[in-house]
Amino acid sequence: MTASSLRLRAGLVSIVLLAAFLGIWHLATRSAAPVATMSPEYAKLMGLTATQGKSAMPGPLDVGAKLWEHLKRPFYDNGPNDKGLGIQLAYSIARVGTGYLLAVLVAIPLGFLIGMSPLLSKALDPFIQVLKPISPLAWMPLALYTIKDSSISAIFVIFICSIWPMLLNTVFGVASVRKEWINVARTLEVGTIRRAFTVILPAAAPTILTGMRISIGIAWLVIVAAEMLVGGTGIGYFVWNEWNNLSITNVIIAILLIGIVGMLLDQILARFTRMVTFPE
Amino acid sequence: MTDKFVSIEGIAKRYPGAGGATTTVFENLWLSMPRGEFCCVIGHSGCGKTTVLNILAGLDAPSEGAVIVDGQAISGTSLDRAVIFQSHALLPWRTVLGNVAYAVSSKWRSWDRAKVKAHAQTFIDLVGLTGSEHKRPSELSGGMKQRVGIARALSITPKMMLMDEPFSALDALTRGTLQDEVRRICLETGQTAFMITHDVDEAIYLADKIFLMTNGPGAVLAEVVENPLPKDRGRTDLHRHPLYYALRNHIIDFLVTRSKTFAAEKPGHDPRNVPVVHIGKPGLTVASDAKPEPLKETSWPSLSRPSTSS
Repeated sequence: MTASSLRLRAGLVSIVLLAAFLGIWHLATRSAAPVATMSPEYAKLMGLTATQGKSAMPGPLDVGAKLWEHLKRPFYDNGPNDKGLGIQLAYSIARVGTGYLLAVLVAIPLGFLIGMSPLLSKALDPFIQVLKPISPLAWMPLALYTIKDSSISAIFVIFICSIWPMLLNTVFGVASVRKEWINVARTLEVGTIRRAFTVILPAAAPTILTGMRISIGIAWLVIVAAEMLVGGTGIGYFVWNEWNNLSITNVIIAILLIGIVGMLLDQILARFTRMVTFPE
Repeated sequence: MTDKFVSIEGIAKRYPGAGGATTTVFENLWLSMPRGEFCCVIGHSGCGKTTVLNILAGLDAPSEGAVIVDGQAISGTSLDRAVIFQSHALLPWRTVLGNVAYAVSSKWRSWDRAKVKAHAQTFIDLVGLTGSEHKRPSELSGGMKQRVGIARALSITPKMMLMDEPFSALDALTRGTLQDEVRRICLETGQTAFMITHDVDEAIYLADKIFLMTNGPGAVLAEVVENPLPKDRGRTDLHRHPLYYALRNHIIDFLVTRSKTFAAEKPGHDPRNVPVVHIGKPGLTVASDAKPEPLKETSWPSLSRPSTSS
C-alpha cells in the first residue's frame, strides 16, 4: 500500500463520515407532519415549530444557506449589533495577535534568562508555579479595574494566558541544550551573546516553537470566552449576541468558523516548527 | 624533557561526596609533553582521564595545581587547544561546511564570508569530505561525522589537539582509516596531540608516548611508556616489529592487573618523577614482571631498509 493510496482512502472515509453526519442532522431536524390544526392567523404567529412540527434546531440546509449569506457579505457594518462575520473574526484575530505577540516578546527573552541562570530559575519557579494554573478569565475583573478599557483588558487576558507555555518551554529548551554543543562554543571562545544566538537559540528553537504552538491554541480558546465577557466586538461577542437573538443558525456558523480559524493558526505555527526542527 | 610544551603541574580534582566527605578522583598529577609529540592516555573508566583532558581543554578547572601550555598558565578554554569530542558534537542544524566555518569564523572574526568558506573548504578537503560540504550531520555516517569533527578542530590551526576517545563509537574498519588520517595529518602538520583511548593497538599505532593511569578514585599516573616503534611505522607491518608484543603485553598487563595493585606495590611512587619505561632497551628495566621475549625474529623490515608501508 502506497502512502498516496492511504491518503486517498482516508479522504474517502472522511467524506463518508461527513455525509453521514449531515444526513443524520438533516433527518433529525426536518419538518414532520402538522401537529395541530389551527387558524392560519394563529399559525403565522406560532411559526413552523408549532405548526409543522419542525425542530427548533436548524438543519444543515438552513445553516448552509445562512453561511452562504455571510460569506457573500463578510464585512458589512450595520451598527454595533450587526456586523459581518469577517469584521468580527478580524477583531478577534487582532486581539489574539496583539496579546500573543506581546507574550512572545516577554516570554522568550525572559525564558532565555531563566534557562541560562540556575539562580533565576530557582528564584522564579514558585511564582511561575502559582501564576500558571490561574484561569486567564480570573484576571478579567482586575484587568478591567486597572486598565479601565475592555478591549485592552481582553488583550491582557490573551497575553497572560499565552505567556506560560512559551515561557516554560523556552526555559526547558534553553536549559536542556546539549552540553557538548555548549562545549563546542566554549572551546571556540564564542562570546555569550554569540553563543546564545548561534548555539542555544537554534538548539532550543523546536522546543520554543512547540510552546508557541500550544500558546496560540490556548489564546484562541480564551478569546471567545473573553469577548463574551467584555462584549462589543469579536467572534466571542457574536456568539453571545446571536444566543440572545436566539439565532442558533448563527451560533453554529460561528462555532464552525472558530474551529477553522483555530486550525489555521495551529497549522501556521506547525509550519514554523517544521522550519526550525533539525534531524539528528 | 627539556622542551615542555605542555606541563601539567600537580593538578587534583575533588568532588564533594556524600556526608561532607570529598571524593578525590586524582591528585598531585604531574605530566609533561614536548612540542609535536603524540601522547595517549590509557586507563580504566573512572580514573579521571576525561577530567584531565577537560582541564587541558579549559572546560573544567582543577581543584589544585596548574596547567602550563606554551609557557603560559591556562585559564579557561582557548582557540589554541582544539578538542575532538567523542560524540563528534556537530551542530545538527548546520551543514558540514557550516560546522567548520563556524569554527573558522570564531577564530578569525574579521574575515569575510568568502575567505571563511575557502579556509573551511581546505580542511574539508584535507579530511576527504570533498563533495559532502552541503550535507547535514544527520545525512553522514559515523565516520564522516568524526571527520567533520577533525576538520573543525584542525581548521582553527590549534597549537595542540585534544581527543577524547574520538574513534570509540566507530566500527573497526572506519576507525582504522581515521587513525591513518589523524596520524598523517599530525605528522604533516607537526601537531601536538593528547588523546584518550581504551584501545591498546590504537595507542601503539598513534602515540609517541603512552601514559598509563591507575584506577580511580585516587588515580595516579603510574608510568610513561616510550613507544619503541619507528616514527614511520605502518599499520600493515606494525605487529611484525620485534618490540610490538613486548609493548602490547606491558600495557595489557598494566591494564589487567597492575592498574589495581599499583598503589600497594609501589608505596614510594613519586608523582613528580614518574618512571619512564623504554621497552626493550638494554639497561632499562621493564617495570612489569613479564619480561619481553628474547628477540629471535629480527627481520623487521624497517630495521634493514626503509619502511615498506604505503
